[in-house]
Amino acid sequence: MSEQIRLKKGLDLPVKGAALRKISMTVVPDIVALKPTDFRNLTPKMLVKEGDVVKAGSPVFADKKNPDILFTSPVSGTVDAIVRGDKRKLLEVRIKSDNSGSAVKFDVPTGFFIDRESIIKTLLESGLWPCIKQRPYGTIADPSVTPKAIFISAMVTAPLAAELDYVLEGEFDAIQAGLTVLDKLTEGGVHLSLDASNAEAGSFNKFEGVIYHYFKGPHPAGNVGVQISHISPISKGETLWTVDLFLVAAIGKLFRKGVYDMSRTIAVAGPEAVNPSYVKCCAGVSMEQISDLFNFAHGDIRIISGDLLSGKAVGREGFLGFFDNLVTVLPEGNYYEMFGWIKPFRLKKFSFSRTYFSRLLPQKKYNMDTNTNGGERAFVLSDVYGKVLPMDIYPVYLFKAILAGDIEKMENLGIYEIIEEDVALCEFVCPSKIEIQSIVSEGIDLMIKEMS
Amino acid sequence: MSKLRKLTDKIKPAFEKGGKLSFLYSTFEAFESFLFVPNRVTRSGVHVRDSVDLKRVMTAVMIALVPTLLFGIYNIGYQHDLASNAGMEFWEMVWFGFLKILPLYLVSYIVGLGIEFASAQLRGHEVNEGYLVTGMIIPLIVPITTPLWMLALAVAFAVIIGKEIFGGTGMNIWNPALVARAFLFFAYPSHMSGDKVWVAGVDGFSGATPLAQTSEGLSSLHYSVSDMFFGFIPGSVGETSTLAILLGAAFLIYTGIGSWKIMLSTVVGGLVMGFIANLAAPSYDCAMAIPAWYHLIMGGFAFGAVFMATDPVTSAQTEFGKWIYGFLIGVLAVIIRLFNPGYPEGMMLAILLMNTFAPLIDHIVVGRNIKRRLKRAKTV
Repeated sequence: MSEQIRLKKGLDLPVKGAALRKISMTVVPDIVALKPTDFRNLTPKMLVKEGDVVKAGSPVFADKKNPDILFTSPVSGTVDAIVRGDKRKLLEVRIKSDNSGSAVKFDVPTGFFIDRESIIKTLLESGLWPCIKQRPYGTIADPSVTPKAIFISAMVTAPLAAELDYVLEGEFDAIQAGLTVLDKLTEGGVHLSLDASNAEAGSFNKFEGVIYHYFKGPHPAGNVGVQISHISPISKGETLWTVDLFLVAAIGKLFRKGVYDMSRTIAVAGPEAVNPSYVKCCAGVSMEQISDLFNFAHGDIRIISGDLLSGKAVGREGFLGFFDNLVTVLPEGNYYEMFGWIKPFRLKKFSFSRTYFSRLLPQKKYNMDTNTNGGERAFVLSDVYGKVLPMDIYPVYLFKAILAGDIEKMENLGIYEIIEEDVALCEFVCPSKIEIQSIVSEGIDLMIKEMS
Repeated sequence: MSKLRKLTDKIKPAFEKGGKLSFLYSTFEAFESFLFVPNRVTRSGVHVRDSVDLKRVMTAVMIALVPTLLFGIYNIGYQHDLASNAGMEFWEMVWFGFLKILPLYLVSYIVGLGIEFASAQLRGHEVNEGYLVTGMIIPLIVPITTPLWMLALAVAFAVIIGKEIFGGTGMNIWNPALVARAFLFFAYPSHMSGDKVWVAGVDGFSGATPLAQTSEGLSSLHYSVSDMFFGFIPGSVGETSTLAILLGAAFLIYTGIGSWKIMLSTVVGGLVMGFIANLAAPSYDCAMAIPAWYHLIMGGFAFGAVFMATDPVTSAQTEFGKWIYGFLIGVLAVIIRLFNPGYPEGMMLAILLMNTFAPLIDHIVVGRNIKRRLKRAKTV
C-alpha cells in the first residue's frame, strides 16, 4: 500500500438532499440526446440525417479534426431532431428510442490479438474513445499520442455526487476488464486513487494491474486533477489521460460483450429533489423522463446535469451529459433579501468565511440556492482562494495572467495542471463574485489556439 | 413583499437603460443593493455561491474598528478634561469627544463617498464598498484638531490619486487611508505633529505624545505603561488604546479577514529592531535605549499593524510573502522612529514603503513557484 496523501485545503459543501442508497426509478429511454458540447473543443461532423435509423453503437457524428473519433448512439431507434444554436452550432442530436435492443456487434480483440492498436481501433469504432480525456486541457484524448500514464479517481468528494461503490455495484469484473485494457495504452500504468477512509468500498482496492494511491481530505481531493498534482504533476509537453471510473466499466463491458452499453445508475439529488435517490437510465437521458423526482412546488428550480459546482444547467427540456452520473436540483435564488448582507445571523445561509456562524455548526446542511449573494467586484481578498485549492499553484496570479492573456505566464503559473472543476471552489468562496471557471475556460481555449 | 421593495421596483425602470435617470444607475444600484441583497442568480460556473460578499467583509472590518473608535471618542474628552482642568463627568467627556469627531466623519464620508459614487457613475460600475472602511479609518489616524478643509483635501487626494486612478478598490498600490495621512503630513506638517495638535478645545496646550517624549530617552516619559496600554495618552484618535486595538485584532483574526501572519510578523519585526537598538544604544537614557516592547504600545504601531498593514489589497498576497512584508514593516517603523531627527512616528512611512515593495516580495515568492515548475519540467 502506497502512502496516504492527506490534503487539508478544500471544503465539503454542506448542501441538503444527498441521495439515499436506493433505486427509485428505472427509466426506459424515450428520447435521448448526444451533445457535442459535452466535449471541449470538439467540432462535430454529422454522419446521420433526421429520420435515419440507428442501432446502439451506430455512429452519429465524428470529430472533424480527427474523423476516426466517432460518437455513437446510446440506444437503437431513429434520429428525431438535430438541434442547432447560434451560427448553426450543433447542440444536440436527439434520438427516439424504439427499445428493440438492437445493437452493433463490435469485433473485440481477445487473447493474443489484444495490442495497443487493436484496442484503440475498437474504442474509436464503438464511440467509447471520447470517454478518455487528456490533460492538459481536458479535451478528448489524441489517439496518436502515448500518454505518460492514465489516472482514475475512485474517490468522490464533489457535493451530492453519486457514490461510486453503490452505482458500480456488481460491475467489478467489467471495471477490471476496462482497467486491463487501459493499461495497454500507456507505459506509465493505470493509477487508481481511493478514499483512504473508505478504501474497502465496492472492493475497489482489489483490482489487479493498477497502481493505487490513497487520498484523504475534503473536496476537491476527489478531483483527478488534484490527485495528479500530488502523484505526478503535469509539466509542459507532457500528456496524461484521465477516465471516469463508471466509464471504465463501460469500456470493460465493450471488451467483454462486444456492445456499446451506456446504461448507468445516476443520483438525483439536491434541495429540490423529491426523495433524493438513484435512477437506472442511460447516457443522454431526458430530464423530462425523470421529472417526477423534481419538486416544482416551491417555485423556480434549476436542473443541473452534474454537480452544483461545475455542472451544466440543462432545464427540464434538457438531457444528461455524457460524463455525468448526477442530476442536481436547486431552488433558484431570484429573490430580494432586505439588509441580508448586514444581518448578523442569517442562520439559513452557508459561508466558508467566518463572518457568518455556519462554520460553528459543522453538522448542519443547507438549502442552498442560486443567488449570487452579492455583486461582482475586483479581486480584493486574495488569500481565500488558496484555502480551497490543494495544489502548488498561486491561483490569483494564474487567473490574472489568464485575464491578461499572457501565455508564458500562464504556462509558468500552472495552466497545464488545472481544468475548471479544480478551481470551482475558488469561485464558490470568492467574495468578489468573479466567474473564475469562465476565466479558466478562456485561458484553456487560448492555450489550445496558441499552442496548436 | 415589503412596501419598500414595491417602491424600489416602481422607481427602478427610470434608472435602467433608456430610463430618464439612467445616468444615475450606479447610484441607484448602490442604494438598492444596500437595502436588499439583489435577486441576481448565477449564470455560468458554480451554481451556488458563498453567502459572503464584499459588503459583509467591509462591515466586519468596521465592527473591528468600533472599540478603537469608542475609546477614541472617550479619550478626546478625557485629554480635554486633563488639559483644561474642567472636571468633566464620564458622559460629558464622551459627549465632548463625540461632538469633536462627528465633523471629521461627516467630511470623510461625504467627500470620499461623493467621489466614489461619481467615479463609479463615470465608469458605469457598481459602487465599491471599500471606502466604507477607509472613511472610517481616516478620522482615527489624524489629530483631532485637524482642520476640516485640510481633511477634505486629503480625502479627495487619497480617493482620486490613491485609488481611483488605479482603477478603484482592488487595484490600488497604497493603502488609501495612509495616502490621506501622508498627504496631510507632508502638506501641513505643523498641523500633524508636534506638541500642540493632540488635544481638542484647549488652544496652545502643549501635550506631547509618549513617542515624542521618549525621543529624549526613557526618563523624559511621563506616562505609565498601563496608561499607554489602555490608551489614556494623547495621540491620533484611534491609535492610543492598545487594548481596544487588540479587541479589533481578535475579531479580524477570528473572521480570517485580517492576516494574523502580518500582524505577528510586524510585531516581531518591531521587537527585533527594538532589541538591536537597545544593544547598540550609546547611553542608558536615550531614544535607542527604550525597551523594545514600548514601541508596540506607543504611537500608531499597534493600529498600523492590525488595521493598515493587513489591508488585503496593498499588502503582500502570498502566504510566505506576508511574513517578510510584516517583518520589514516592524523593522522599518522602529528604524524611522529612532533614527529620523524630524518626526517621532514611523509606522505610516513604513507601511507605505512596504506597500510599494509588496509586489516585489510577491514576485520573488511566486518566482520560486515558477522555478520549481520549470525544474520539474526539465528533470522529467
